[in-house]
This record gives sequence, C-alpha cells and structure tokens, in this order.
Amino acid sequence: MEKNIVLTMRGICMTFPGVKALDNVDFTLRKGEIRALMGENGAGKSTLIKCLTGVNKFEAGEIHVDGIEGPIVNKDTLDAQKKGISTVYQEVNLCPNLSVAENLYIGREPLTKIGTVNRRKMNEMAAQLMRDLDLDIEVTQNLENYSLALQQMIAIARAVDMKSKVLILDEPTSSLDDHEVSLLFKMMRRLREQGVGIVFVTHFLEQVYEVCDGITVLRNGTLVGEYTVEELPRVKLVAAMMGKDFDDLASIKPEGEKDMSHAPLEIEAKGLGHAGKIKPFNLDIHKGEVVGLTGLLGSGRSELARVIYGADRAQSGTLKVDGKEVNIKSPLDAMNLGMGLLPDDRKAEGIIGDLSVRENIILAMQAKLGIFKRIPMAKQIEIADQYIEMLSIKTATRETLIKQLSGGNQQKVILARWLATNPDFLVLDEPTRGIDIGTKTEIQKLVIKLADEGKSLIFISSEVEEMLRTCNRLAVLRDGEKVGELNADEMSQEGVMKAIAGGGANG
Amino acid sequence: MGKLKDITKKRLFLPIFSMILVILINVVYDIASGNPPFSFFSITIRPITGGSSVLFGRLIDILNRGSEVAILAIGMTLVVSSSAGTDISVGSVMSLSGGLCCMLLAGYGVTNVSEYASPLWVGLLAGVGIACVCGLFNGFLVAYLNIQPMVATLILWSAGRAIGLLLCNSQIVYVRVPSFQIFGSYVGIIPTPIIIAAVCILIASLVLRFTALGTFIQGVGINKKAARISGFNSSKIILLTYVICGLCAGIAGLVATSRIYSADTNNIGLNMELDAILAVALGGNSLGGGKFNLAGSIIGAYTIQSVTTTLYALGVSSAQAPVFKAIVVILIVVIQAEPVKEYFKKMSAKKLAAKEARS
Repeated sequence: MEKNIVLTMRGICMTFPGVKALDNVDFTLRKGEIRALMGENGAGKSTLIKCLTGVNKFEAGEIHVDGIEGPIVNKDTLDAQKKGISTVYQEVNLCPNLSVAENLYIGREPLTKIGTVNRRKMNEMAAQLMRDLDLDIEVTQNLENYSLALQQMIAIARAVDMKSKVLILDEPTSSLDDHEVSLLFKMMRRLREQGVGIVFVTHFLEQVYEVCDGITVLRNGTLVGEYTVEELPRVKLVAAMMGKDFDDLASIKPEGEKDMSHAPLEIEAKGLGHAGKIKPFNLDIHKGEVVGLTGLLGSGRSELARVIYGADRAQSGTLKVDGKEVNIKSPLDAMNLGMGLLPDDRKAEGIIGDLSVRENIILAMQAKLGIFKRIPMAKQIEIADQYIEMLSIKTATRETLIKQLSGGNQQKVILARWLATNPDFLVLDEPTRGIDIGTKTEIQKLVIKLADEGKSLIFISSEVEEMLRTCNRLAVLRDGEKVGELNADEMSQEGVMKAIAGGGANG
Repeated sequence: MGKLKDITKKRLFLPIFSMILVILINVVYDIASGNPPFSFFSITIRPITGGSSVLFGRLIDILNRGSEVAILAIGMTLVVSSSAGTDISVGSVMSLSGGLCCMLLAGYGVTNVSEYASPLWVGLLAGVGIACVCGLFNGFLVAYLNIQPMVATLILWSAGRAIGLLLCNSQIVYVRVPSFQIFGSYVGIIPTPIIIAAVCILIASLVLRFTALGTFIQGVGINKKAARISGFNSSKIILLTYVICGLCAGIAGLVATSRIYSADTNNIGLNMELDAILAVALGGNSLGGGKFNLAGSIIGAYTIQSVTTTLYALGVSSAQAPVFKAIVVILIVVIQAEPVKEYFKKMSAKKLAAKEARS
C-alpha cells in the first residue's frame, strides 16, 4: 500500500435481487484528503459506503485500511469503527436526552476504582475535546439543546476521538443553513490537517468545489472515474454523473419548435417560495406552452411545481392564474382552478393501490364534484373505458386493482385521472421514470398534443433529451433555487448541462 | 366445483359461513335435545304482559338483542376504514347519551318519573346531539392533531360514562313513560330495536350507494397522501367518519336506555365497543383501514349476538358465557386469517393435482 493512502477498495461487486448495485468499483482515499463521492440517485454511493462499513456484504473485491495487514471485511459498523472507519449520517444517531459528554463517551466511559462511571473525568475529557476542536459547547447540557449542525459536529467529534482514520459524512449538509455549513467545513478542514481521510457524500455541487480535494464519480453501479478537483470542472462533473461525454454532445434541436411567448399567460408566479424547499422564484407560463424544469435531483424542481399546485403551501409571493390573483391553500383549490399534478413518487402519492382502475381514474373528477355529486356508475364505466382505450392501458378489466398493474400502466391510470378533469394546467413530475421506451414516446406525444390544444404544462424529467424534445422553454434549478431560464434557441444538451452545473471559477 | 370456488372467493363468503356455522350448532343442539330440528328458526306470536301479542323466537331474539352492536358497527366500519384505528369510546358515549336524555326527561336529581319534565324530542335530540359532539371531539383529535385513534378515544372511553353519571347525580334515573319505553319494546308485533337498526342500516347503505362517501373514505384510508394530491381533504373526511360513529353510538345508547327505561349509566353499553370492533373484524374488514364492507360488519354484529344467544340457549350461565364466546371468536377469526386461507388454498391445489395425476 502506498505510504500516504489510508483506504483502498478494489473491484467491489454487490448484487441486490435482480440489480447489479456495484460492478467492480474502486475507491481510493489519501491521508488528509477530503474526497467527494458523487452520483445521481441509484448510482451506488450508499451501497458502496454500506459495503465499507459492514452494513452490506459485498460479493467480490478487497478493502485495505492503512495500518492493518491484508484485506479486511467488516462484520458491522461497530467492527468498522474498531478498524478506524466512522460514519456520520444525515440523521444524527446519538441520544438527544443524554448529555454531550455522555454521548461522546457512551460505551467507553472512564471508570472509577469501584467500577462506576467517573463523571468528573468524563466531563473534563469531553470539555478538552470540544476545546481542541474549537467548539463552544457546554458538555453537561443535554444534546437536544444544540442545533442539528452542532449535534452533527459532536457526532464527528466522537468519531475523531475514537482515532478514526477514515470519516464518512453521508449528506451532512442537507438540513443545515449556510452558516452551519461553513462551521462544518471549518471542522472538516481542521481534521484534514490532522491527517484524517474524509469521504463526503453530497448533492450540492457548490460545496464540492468549496471544500473537496478529489472527486470520485459513480454511475449505475460502476466507477466513472477518480479525479482531482482541478481535473473536473463543474460541467464535466455533471456530464460524468449523467453519463454524457461532454466532447461528444451533439446539439439536438427539437423539431417543430414554436415560440409561445406571445400567447396569453396561464400562470404568473412572483416570489413564490417555501422555506427549506424552494427559494422564492418568478415563473410565467403561457397558454399552450410546455415549460421544463431541469436540475439535478434535489435541486428543487419537484418542489417548485408543488408550491404552485399547493401540495406544499406557498409561504411567500403571489400567484396569478389566467390573469386573476389566487390563494391556493390545498390541492383541491388548485384543481378548482383547472390544475393537476402527477407526482414523481407514483407509489406514495399517485396510486390508491386497493382501489380499482376505474375508481382510480374517476378519483380526481369525483373530488372536484364533492361527496354528494356521485358520478353515476354508467358514466364512471364510460370514462374509465374511454381512457383505458385512449392510453392503451393494459389491464385485465376495469375493475382490476391498480396495484396489480405494471408501473407504466399505473402511470397511465394516474395520467388518465388528470386528463379526466380536463385541466388547463398540468404538472407532470417524472412521468416517464421506470417506464418502457414505447410508453415513454406515447407520453411525450401526449404532452405535445395537450400543448397544441392550448393547455399549459410543466414537464420534469431527469432525461435531458426528453426535455429538449417536448419543452418550449426550460427553467434551471440548482440547490433549491431557480437560477435561470433557457429559451428555445439556447436549448441544447451542452447548454442545459452548463446551466445545471452553474457558473463560477470552476465552470 | 368451479361454481363453489367462485363463491368462496367472494368477500362476504367467510362472514356468512361463520354465521351459518353458529346457526348449525343450534340445529344440532335442538336435534340432540329432542326438540324439532328447526325450532331455532320457528317464529311464533305470543302474548306478553300488558295484553298485546308480539313475535317470539330465537331468531327474533338475536335480531332484537343485536341491534345496538349492529348500529355501532356501521360507524365503527367507517372509522376503521378512514383512520386505520378504532373508536373505543362508543360504549361510554352510549351511556352518556342515555344519561343526558333521561336527565332531561326526568329533571336533574329526580330518579323516578311517570311524566316528562321536558318534551320527549328534546331528550332524544340532546342524547344524539351529545354523542355527535363526542364524535366531533374524537375526530378533531385524530384528524387535526394526529393523535392515535385509540389514545384519542381513550379520553372519552374513560370520561364519557363518568360525565353521564354526573348528569344523573350518580343515581339510576327511571323514566316510566310508555312513549319513551317504546324504543326498546315493540311497535305492533315487531321489536322496535330491530326496526331502528334496519332503518340505520338502510340509510347507511343508501348514503354509500348514492353519494361518493365510500370512495372518499376508502381513498383516504388506503393512501392519505395520494388522496390529498387528488383533491381530497383527508382531515375533514376522517372527522366526518368519527361524527357518524358518534351519531351511531347516540342512537344505540337511546335504544339501550329505552329497553330498561332507565339511565343505568354504569352498565349501558358496557364493553360494547369491543363487540363493535369485533363485528368489523368478523365482517372480513382489515383493522388496518382502507377497503371496507359494511354488509360484512353487520353480519359480524349479528354473528356475535348469535353466539351469545346460542350459549344461553345451551344453558351456559351468563358468567361463564364469555369463555365460550372467546372460543367461538377464536375459531371464526382463525378461519379468516390469511395464513390459514393460504394453507387451505395449497391443500386444495394439492388435492386437485393428485386427482389429475390419478386420472
């Protein structure tokens, strides 16, 4: 093993039922290095970390840690901790009702001669540790009295004090504000000076370039590459994560593109926002226009649409629908204004599993009519049959439970649910995820057809090509903020990726 | 064979099957003890004290005595479906409803009247009204404060009966007026509770048939988040089911009070919440919420009463009856359990395979 390398993983393979989660992945971490582990959802970041900490059992490959002879296999996280590998998760796993000192030394408390816990010594040791790390914390206070950020730092302090050589931070910043993030980074730099190797998992690009030395990118369970920060500017990082070779990107222009900017406005959002989800944004959508929301996962693209629809109630700003100012308190209010939302999490927010295809299709329509105006059965059957045929939904009968359908067909049922309400404005959040190619094309065609009928749409997808094909305009989101818009003439794979990655020194 | 399979697949098959099983025990007992084999079903008209003649028979007795649980089962079914929890306050609310009604009819502190202190309709309306308020309270805690249904309704489970006792000045209040007694006795030859239960069931069925209430409740019960995105106001719907459940408890409470023409607040509706919950479960409804079948719950309610009546007919004393009732309930619940159903399915598949192999 090279002298200054603290951790190497070679050829790690791991299979979940039916999915190759990790395929021959390598990972190297040097002493005193902060290395970002990047990749979209499902790329294998968490799986790799779980293999390292012993939560998952990998099938092939070797792990070497500095100071230990031969390859190691950790039985569980405790075992990993003993070998110098500590993990701090996004959700702090300490005990909020114990004191800071107790949390720091739980399971390894200093003892008195007669075997009881030597509290005085424990508190002294804890206070010293806090001073070493430059943290202003009263160690006898209960942990719950401190902010999440400080709790996280206490968790890190505990890991450091256990002589960790490798520290894994799994999305530590996702629930912290800017000031707390800077505190955390200060602590990470301090640990770097002490020679600890840090693995930093995050979705936030800015933070990678602020604090990291190296970047390892995974995609679909395989290693894309291990880079230094200088080698991999933002745009190339995004390209690597999304699986596009930047130099080969051809500018595909969508066909039959129309300029809708002279059509009347359907939606005018001014300063709409929801704290912690999406910063205040402005967005205009014309009648007959398809606006795409693009950005990495967690960038706020779903959240933006949900605030307009009232799924998350707007906390600031104004919204005009069809020229009139409105106050949307709930999805039902939005529906009565002619809106609809196809959520990205089909299982949790889309289907009502134990109801039939027919009942699922008429659901939103019935909700708009209210309890007392029941749609007559003959009418329900007519509507259900109409959409089953129109969208070619593959189901045994219209009375089959929706949970028995395949994912793609479930999605079509939810789509039918909204089409049945004849909306003027429809949000489609990842309508084509996990759906076969044929259905994908059908849905894209449907989107264009709806726009031709004068309806306005928001279209959200992780696939850039799909957005380019269907959208008239793109809004770009990054880190919970709308950062810009791309008009038809600026829309190309290259343009979109540059916009997603953002500007700045590394851009 | 194929037809039989279709029948066994129906949702109501097991509840009805359980009911038939209980009735069969009666028939066997009758034969064994030398009675005519179908004396269980025999309905006669006999005179009672007071001169009038009324319907008589074990079947009538089951329908009559099962009325309260059947009425409670309507509300309980909806509560279970919408909130995946049970309202354990209904028995207590029955007592409160009866207590308030009698207190108003007799006047506070008076224990025995043969004339109303206030009009009958005031008493009845107040009894049902207070029960609806209880439902509103329970529903608010569950739907808007997200308190677990059992914990939320535990409050009135404990307080409802006690408030009733307070209203009655800790005494048993007798209202000996025929127009009050009629709700627990007879209209013509038919026991009034049967009529009241039948009307409640009919109204509930009509409401479920001609409004979208069933879809709303099930949608919220199966997937609250998806229902919300599709425009349902989940909290309002859950609140509504608790109010309906309170209303049912109020009606059942008045029937129970009228039967004994007195507000015996310590005993009215005692433990009846458990029978109501059991009725829902026996009806093949999942206590985890979601899909429901009202007919199943009603059959379940009368099955429970059949078991009780059968035990009395067999000469089991009322003190020992709960033991035998428990055994019967265990049997009924076990044959409806998923793993047992799976086992029987496998067994019949094996038999079929063996049969095919032979031929």
